[in-house]
Amino acid sequence: MNDSNLLGGQLLFAIFALATCLSAVAVVVSQTVVRMAFWLVISLGSTAALFFLADADFIGAAQLIIYVGGTLILLVFGVMLTASSPYLKIKSSPGETIIGGLLGLLFMFAVFSSLQGVEWPAPPTGDSAVTAGSPEGNTLRPLGLALLGARPDLDLHDGDTLSTGYLLPFEIVSVHLLVVLIGAAYLARAKRKSAAPAEGLES
Amino acid sequence: MIAGLQAYLLVGAVLFVCGVICMATKRNGIGVLMGVELVLNGANVNFIAFSKYTALGLDAQIFALFVIVLAAAEAAVALAIALNFYNNHLTIDVDKANRLKG
Repeated sequence: MNDSNLLGGQLLFAIFALATCLSAVAVVVSQTVVRMAFWLVISLGSTAALFFLADADFIGAAQLIIYVGGTLILLVFGVMLTASSPYLKIKSSPGETIIGGLLGLLFMFAVFSSLQGVEWPAPPTGDSAVTAGSPEGNTLRPLGLALLGARPDLDLHDGDTLSTGYLLPFEIVSVHLLVVLIGAAYLARAKRKSAAPAEGLES
Repeated sequence: MIAGLQAYLLVGAVLFVCGVICMATKRNGIGVLMGVELVLNGANVNFIAFSKYTALGLDAQIFALFVIVLAAAEAAVALAIALNFYNNHLTIDVDKANRLKG
């Protein structure tokens, strides 16, 4: 990677990191739920761009499709279905806001200082597990193989042990998603028990 | 180097702290859910940073995928509960939610 590419990558990282952090702060600051949802879209989209910059292309695409395209649509539907007025405001009292801001600043200071204090291990030299054959971060094939239970990226490095991959967690999370969808449909179903006697009274 | 491991971890820390404040101070139920999403995204940023800059490699990306899927499942169930609560009480103010039964 030459110098201009490196500089461009750093510039893009700075832009998207700033967008992520500022819109996360805007989510906390803004009062109406619709604006919070808008800033959350910006924040999660910029996070997907950060994933692309970190050579995790499939995770970035999944973030865009599932989070921005699925979960946030769900949240916006929740906002629309539970809002009694177009701009529903549920304000917190000023004392709560001040205490929350102070605690947040303290918390952020604690996290930052502990981040500075940790000596992270040196990055792997050249042939890490992900970027072994593809320096541009083409992670689709290794991810799919790992979810199917095969880890050729690890097994080819040390021939002694066969690593197990992630087939069982993949199956568990699939069944979990099905159970969650059935449960959500059951919870949010229309009530008939309370409506039936009223109709009986009317007729 | 600017875009190193520390920078990614700082972004993750900002997302995490914003999510925690959002969960603690918002009184709207949907706002609390958005705080949860922010916290999970901070964790995902950390996973991806460790995937690139340490020997964790592909495992971190698989964990990030599971986090995304479980966040979607959590949002679906929590929104169903919020809708159910709104049907019973006509509000989603979490301070008034001291009784989930209708």
